[in-house]
Order: sequence, then structure tokens, then C-alpha cells
Amino acid sequence: MSRHGDLVDNGVGRRVPVEVNGLPQTPFQGVGAYSPRGVKASPPIRSCRDFPADGDKRVGSLEEAFERCGLRDGMVISTHHHLRNGDFVALLALRAAAKLGVKDLMWFPSASFPCHEPVIELMEQGVVHHIEGSMNGPLGDYCSQGRMRGLGVLRSHGGRWQAIQDGEVHIDIAVIAAPTADPFGNADGSHGPSACGSLGFALADSMYAEHVIAVTDNLVPFPCTPWQLQGNNVDHVVEADSIGDPSLIVSGTTQVTRSPERQMIARNVAKLLRDAGIMRDGFSFQAGAGGIALAFVGYLADMMREAGVAASFVRGGSTRYLVELLEEGLTGYILDGQTFDLEGVRSIAKNPRHIATSPFTSYNYHGKGNFASMVDAVVLGATEVDVSFNGNVVTHSDGRLLHGIGGWQNCLASRCTILAVPSFRDRIPVVVDEVTTITGPGELIDVVATERGIAINPRRQDLLDALQGSDLPIRSIDEIRDEVERICGGKPAKPRLTDEPVAAIKWVDGTVIDTVFRVDS
Amino acid sequence: MIAARVETAARRSGIELSGDGRPPLGADLPDASARDRLRRSRLYLPGNEPKFFVSAGLYEPDGIILDLEDSVHPDEKDAARILVRNALRTVDFRTAERMVRINQLPIGLEDLDAVVPERPDLILIPKTETVEQVREVDARVTELLASEDRPVWLMPILETALGIEGAFEIARASERIIALTIGLEDYAADLGVPRSADGAESMYARKRLVNAAKAAGVQAIDSVYGQVDDLDGLREWGESGRRLGFEGMGCVHPRQIPVIHEAFAPSREEIERAQRIVAAFEKAQAEGLGVVSLGSKMIDPPVVQQALRVVDRATAAGLDTRVDSPEPGASSDERERAAPPPRPDRTEGSRP
Repeated sequence: MSRHGDLVDNGVGRRVPVEVNGLPQTPFQGVGAYSPRGVKASPPIRSCRDFPADGDKRVGSLEEAFERCGLRDGMVISTHHHLRNGDFVALLALRAAAKLGVKDLMWFPSASFPCHEPVIELMEQGVVHHIEGSMNGPLGDYCSQGRMRGLGVLRSHGGRWQAIQDGEVHIDIAVIAAPTADPFGNADGSHGPSACGSLGFALADSMYAEHVIAVTDNLVPFPCTPWQLQGNNVDHVVEADSIGDPSLIVSGTTQVTRSPERQMIARNVAKLLRDAGIMRDGFSFQAGAGGIALAFVGYLADMMREAGVAASFVRGGSTRYLVELLEEGLTGYILDGQTFDLEGVRSIAKNPRHIATSPFTSYNYHGKGNFASMVDAVVLGATEVDVSFNGNVVTHSDGRLLHGIGGWQNCLASRCTILAVPSFRDRIPVVVDEVTTITGPGELIDVVATERGIAINPRRQDLLDALQGSDLPIRSIDEIRDEVERICGGKPAKPRLTDEPVAAIKWVDGTVIDTVFRVDS
Repeated sequence: MIAARVETAARRSGIELSGDGRPPLGADLPDASARDRLRRSRLYLPGNEPKFFVSAGLYEPDGIILDLEDSVHPDEKDAARILVRNALRTVDFRTAERMVRINQLPIGLEDLDAVVPERPDLILIPKTETVEQVREVDARVTELLASEDRPVWLMPILETALGIEGAFEIARASERIIALTIGLEDYAADLGVPRSADGAESMYARKRLVNAAKAAGVQAIDSVYGQVDDLDGLREWGESGRRLGFEGMGCVHPRQIPVIHEAFAPSREEIERAQRIVAAFEKAQAEGLGVVSLGSKMIDPPVVQQALRVVDRATAAGLDTRVDSPEPGASSDERERAAPPPRPDRTEGSRP
């Protein structure tokens, strides 16, 4: 038994904790096997009689807003990552809480970035007890070393919504960065000096939290339109000098990979969609903002033009490459979860076919369906993939927790899930016998595309049949693994890990699919 | 590659090494390279940058050049020599011809000592100006080869006005020579003019080199096109080179490879004419006739050879080379009856 309680084997043979931060857990049982029952969580009743009739909810500072919300030790404070590595608001909020002398907060970000490294200090001071949310960079490293008092909990974007609706996470105070807001609390992400596009990540918090504070550096007179978040859910509005660094919120321009290996992977993935018949008039796809994904969009667009077909919709993270597709008529819509560059921000602000979406519409397990399973093909990355097609996106081969899940797990529901990855990085194999951490089960991963060949999951005989006659370099995943091991000088060494869990990896349904263990230092 | 780094450090420190430092063979030697194989693209890889080696074959260039000369800093020559030697033993370059560009003589002779025992397919001799330089390289290669069971070819690079003037004699200086190529940066410098986009300053040299190569019965290979981001310019350069008689060119980035292959691919008309000639040749072979004719015209053997090369090139470029219209005069029955005859041995006469 570890400091965090007993561990049991789950449905993919991984040891997972039966209790996380005091709450009982359900081990992963298999894809679609778990069917939770009951009633969704709900926020407390509020009445308009308790709020200003003139709609002016401004207060002078975050400290004052926190005091009015009744902030006290042990509460859950949420923030969001739509300002990405340029976000100022999470630190403003947690430092304001520190000034008020509260301790043992649970920080519930939709994701953290390297800019949030100072939260380590707040954990050391006891202000923050632990983090439940994707941890990128230094915070992931801190967690990997077992220095956080509670267990980290990593959830997908959809899983975060599910956890809120399940009541597993009850947000006491949501602090929402609003690039534009009015005194009533209506908020929009597509305008203002800190414009970021969509505010979808904060939507659940605005609906379910006990209290909601909007923080803006662009207060406009009522009404702020479009209101991506409704002021009717907001308790207080706080003005700040700046909510973020615009140069780090969105890229001036997102960059296609210049690596010839990665360009080759991208071209082959586009060819796969074409040759397998997935690319046809009215199809749909999703690709992120990584270098390979962007290059893939360029190659696919060329093939679409050549074939004279157009997509019905594409799912973002949007970039200028998707915007170009939309403006050229190669897609009917962009359904956008987050906006990665300035062209994306420009487009979402003015193009009615560029739609801001949320994890509810796109990913939530407790929705009556969601968009992810309606997408014909999705192109994703991974830190590792194994010969059973299991994927890892959260840890590196040395066992350290360095990345969040994002929408990755949710996207696996697509009709054709493609992991586009180099077969090795810095002489460390990416295609391995067994991934360090299972973030996504192999039964949902259909294709692993590397520069040394494309492996099709044997479960997808239909894809293999459709690709008969294609000149794509289709090989078994074992062959690719063997070649990579020859190049890298053998099998990679296993990470040196202890038996001490430092984070639980949740599956989209709320069950625990794997555990991150403390790295043996 | 780590072994190469360790060996370099040890040698630089004057430490005696036990054994010769060579790593075990990592892959079987690929098939020997034919004298007149396709040489449309040859990808330069700096000899001291092993990170580029492992993926080079994936881009399917016709050849890779492990470069010991201009792309390697003088202080890194020793390290590059060991890295290239080890790469020839351990790296799978897939279907690419394995070439090494040595340094100018006399250092180049020491390069040969390191790399020739590892059986590269071809040695590029930089700044070639005289027949004697080629003979010196030829003699050292012969000395180093324990057996001649697989050829080591030579490709002199002509990079000066003097080299161009001697092109024909240089091409005939060794039986190992299978191609001449040109280095345009140094050639322009030798002329004392900047390189221009249209290559006007080197047009004479390129034409002269092509003529000399053809007169000597070897391939003519063009220089590199250095503007990596200008793929349209590259295509134009390649197509014009092909019209001049070049059979390929160098490249400095993998993205140039498919463009070069397209530029050096035969046109639809050329392919169709070649198919008709090949079909007539195969028919004549099947009928035991010594003379090949197409309609009322006699076809000379060099034309047949060229037609076979065109079909090979088209196949290599992924173009459709199926004969979809019957050759005039041949019934479908005849074509079905005739077993595919053996093609002429295009390595015939290739020595050593």
C-alpha cells in the first residue's frame, strides 16, 4: 500500500489507485464498458434579487471578489488555458488567495503551462495543496518528483466536463479570463487586446461553479457581444491591467514542420486519407496545431483540390491553414475548440461559419452524443505508441509527467484515428514494446504513421482492404519497432520508477486508466 | 556513431586503440551498383552530421553522398572520416547508391584508405583537372580493394575552367569512371563571375561536359541547385538540364528529390515512342531476327538501348509504362505467345 492507498489492476492491466485525494475511484473497465448512473451535479440556486439590478457587478479587486465569494481553506479554484502560455490570470488569482492567507486550495486548471511555474512556490508555501488538471512542463516535473501533497489528476477536455457533471470535482470559485466583458459579466474571447478566440474551456465552470469571477482587461459597455459566456452565471467582474501577454496567447503564425521526416509522415497521412477513400465530398477531419498536423492539412488541401472534393466540416484548434480551407470553400465549417494563431482569431471574430465550440459539444461523455465520434479522421501526436497500438501523451520514456491530455483521448472516438509520429526522437524509440503510461487504449488507435512505415491496426481489416494497391509503405508495427531498435541501439531502458503514485490518468468516462509513478531520483 | 566520436577523441589524444575501431557490420551490403544505373538525384550529407544519415534512404534518392569535402570544417575532417567509414558499415541507405566525396588530393588519398575497404559504390573526386589525378585515385582504390567482386566507380567533379577543358580525357582516364559532373559554385568563382539565376556563365561548360561525357560513353550529371525553398526554380533547372543531355543532378535537401525525379522523367510522348521501340525489339528477339524494325524503319541498337532506358526511367518515376495499344504488325496472339526475352545486359563491359 502506498502513501495514496491501495492499487488494483484495471482493464488494461495497469495498477491504479482505488482512491484519489479522498474519493473512491473506478478502475478502467474497457472502452464503453462503464455505464455510470445517477443524477448530474448542479450548482446551488441563485436569485437575481441577490445581484445588482443595474447589472453592474464590478468589484475593485480579485481579493475583494474572493472575500465576497467566501473563499476559505481547502476550496477548489478553477482557471482556464485559453490564454495558453501568455496567461496572467491563474497567477493573479492564486496570489490574491495567498494574500488573503488561505491554505490548501485545490487548483483545477483546464491545463497549465510553463508560465504557471510560480505555482510551485505556492505549493511549497501551502497555499495550493495539489493540482487536478493537465500539467505541462515544470509543474509536471514537480509532480513527477512526488513533491505535490495530493495526487495529480489528469483528465481530457471532455473528461473535465464529465468530472464536473459527475460531482467528482465541485468548483467553489471559477476565475475566468475574459478578453472582453461587460459589467454584467457577459464575456467574449474573440475581441480585445488579449483576444484568444474561443472561451469554450471555461463554459462548464461558468455553469457549475458555486461562484464565478470574470477578469477582463477590456471592459466594454453592456452588451458585450457575442457573449460566449453568459453574464447571468457570473457573480463578479474584476478589471485588470492585463490578463495576458498577447505574443504568447496566440502565435503570430503557426509553422508547418520543416523536418523532411515529418513532412514525409504528413504527406503519407494525407495520401492514406485519399487512398482509403476517407477523403471524399462531405467528409470531415480534425488536426491540431503541431508541425506534422499543419503540414498534413497542406498536403490534404492539395489532394482535395485535385480531386475536386470539399469537407463538410473540420474540427480545430484552428490555424491559418484551416482558415484558408474555409475561405477557399474546401470546408463548409470550422468547429473550433481553441484558436492557435492570429488568422484563426480574425476568422472566428467575423466568419459565421467559423464556430466556437466547447468540450460539451465536442467531447463530453455525459452528453447525448458528441462531435468527436462524428469525425471521419483525426490526426494526433503521441510521446510513445506500443506494438498493441496503445498511445501515451502524458509521460516521456523516462517516466516524467510532462504533457497534458488535452482533447487527445476524446478524439480517439473518431472513425479513423491516426497517430502521426516520428519513429524515434533523439535516438529514443517512440514505437516501443509497451508504453510508459497508457493514455489511450490500442483498440481505438487505427493507424500509426511514422517516417519508416505506416502500421494499420489489425482490427481495421476494412482499412487494410481499402489500401490494397496503394503505394504507401504499409508495414506491421512490429517491423517498425524492430527497425527503430536497430537504429537506436536496442530496446530503450525502462524508466526507473518507484511504487509511489504521483498522478492518476483518467479515461473519458471517469475511470482510471493508468497511474504515473514517482521517478526514482 | 557514438563509437566514431569516441574513436575520434582517442585518436586526437594520441591514445593507442586496440583493434581497428570499426563497428560490426550492421546490414548486408546492398546489391552492387550497375555502371549505367539511374542517377537522377544524389543527396549530399555532411560527413560529420550522422543524424542525417539514418533517414536519408527514406527519401529514395538514387544516390547519397557522404561528404568529406566542402561541407566538413577542416577541424572536423578526422571525425568525419571515421563517421563515414562507420556509416558505410552500419547504416541502411535502402536503394540509394552509396557515394563518398573525398577531399582534394593528397588528403583525399587518406580518405580512400578509410572508406574504400567499406565498399562504397562510388567515389566523387573534387576539383578534378587532370588525368593524373584520376589515375592516382584509381590506383589507390585498386590497391585497397582485396577483390574486384563488386565495382567501386569514380565520378570526377569538374569545377574549374581547366577541368572543363580536359573533360573528355578525364572521362577516359579510368575504366572506373561512370559519369562526369560539374561544380558550378567553384566554376563561376574560377571564371571570376557571380552565379546567375539562369546559369548563363556556365552554359558553355555544361554543354561541353555533356558532350565530353557522351563521347566517352559515361553519364553527364549536373550540379546542385542551392535555393532549397525555390522548388519551381529547381524544376526549371532540372528540366533544362535534361534537355541539354544531363541525366541527373545533385541535391542538398530531401524535399528537392521528388522534384528532380519529375524533372528528369521522360515525357508521355517519349515513353510511348520508347514503348513502341521496345515492343519491336522484343518481337524481333522472339522471332530470332537480328534486325529490329518499327513499321518500315530500321532501329539501331543504340536507339533500342535508349528506349529501354526511357522505359526504366518512366517506371522509376512511377509513370504508367504499360503498352495499351498493340504494336503495328504484331497480333495479340503473337504478343501473348512470346515469352519475355532477356534484355541486353546493361552492365556488360562494365569493369572492373
